Amino acid sequence: MTVTKHETEIRIDTEVPMVHIIREFDAPVEKVFRAHTDPELFAKWMGPRYLEARVDEFDSTTGGKYRYAMIADGEEYVFYGSFHEVRPGELIVQTFTWEGMPDGVSLDKLRFEELPGGRTRLVSTSLVDSFADRDAFVASGMETGVIEGYEKLDELLTTI
Amino acid sequence: MSADPLSQVFSALADPTRRDIVARLAVGDATVNELAEPYDVTLQAVSKHLKVLEGAGVVTRSREGQRRPAHLDAEVFDLMTKWIERYRQQAEERYRRLDALLEAMPDEPAPKDETTGERK
Repeated sequence: MTVTKHETEIRIDTEVPMVHIIREFDAPVEKVFRAHTDPELFAKWMGPRYLEARVDEFDSTTGGKYRYAMIADGEEYVFYGSFHEVRPGELIVQTFTWEGMPDGVSLDKLRFEELPGGRTRLVSTSLVDSFADRDAFVASGMETGVIEGYEKLDELLTTI
Repeated sequence: MSADPLSQVFSALADPTRRDIVARLAVGDATVNELAEPYDVTLQAVSKHLKVLEGAGVVTRSREGQRRPAHLDAEVFDLMTKWIERYRQQAEERYRRLDALLEAMPDEPAPKDETTGERK
């Protein structure tokens, strides 16, 4: 089977402190969604290989909550949040907080779009409450998601 | 985080007018007067925007007689490109792990054993 590469696309929003991440998968929506909502499956891919993942709680239903830890050299990095809306094969709205910065929270929306040929486009957005927090989020290198380029900046970067 | 030069750059670029100014400086150096032309703003306002960009290290000002053209510092953008790319790469790595998992996943969730509730 040929492995197609679908490079992750990132954009930094210019209007609101938001990061957009877009990625396509060679798998149907049902599977991609399941990989996000089944804790056993989720634990297999969410963290880098060099980190051990431990899922403490994962109730991926509307009104449910989650908590997991990434462990490196005995240090634990705990992340938690609530599932605000979970619509199978369509949408996940959740919050995301790193325990080390409990006042900081990002509001994440994951939209699962069906593509022809049993493929899926995943469009995620992460919104925080200030540009400074958004930038700190990205600068921290936390395994949270990715940034996007300011649209005009993206164009600019190709010209200088 | 404000000590982080890249955060300063992002903050400086969070303003649409400043992004426009940067886009124009990418084409060539320009004075405050030249930069102010297309906008319905005062020279002071443009000057203030330039100071923020200077503070973030995005722009430098030189002196040519009476002119003080602003110049875009491309190195800062190289740094930003690398920074964003590093972040993108993290997401890409995560999604490649998901790619591998999806390929190995059965089409349907494993049925639960009715007597034990355990997955077969």
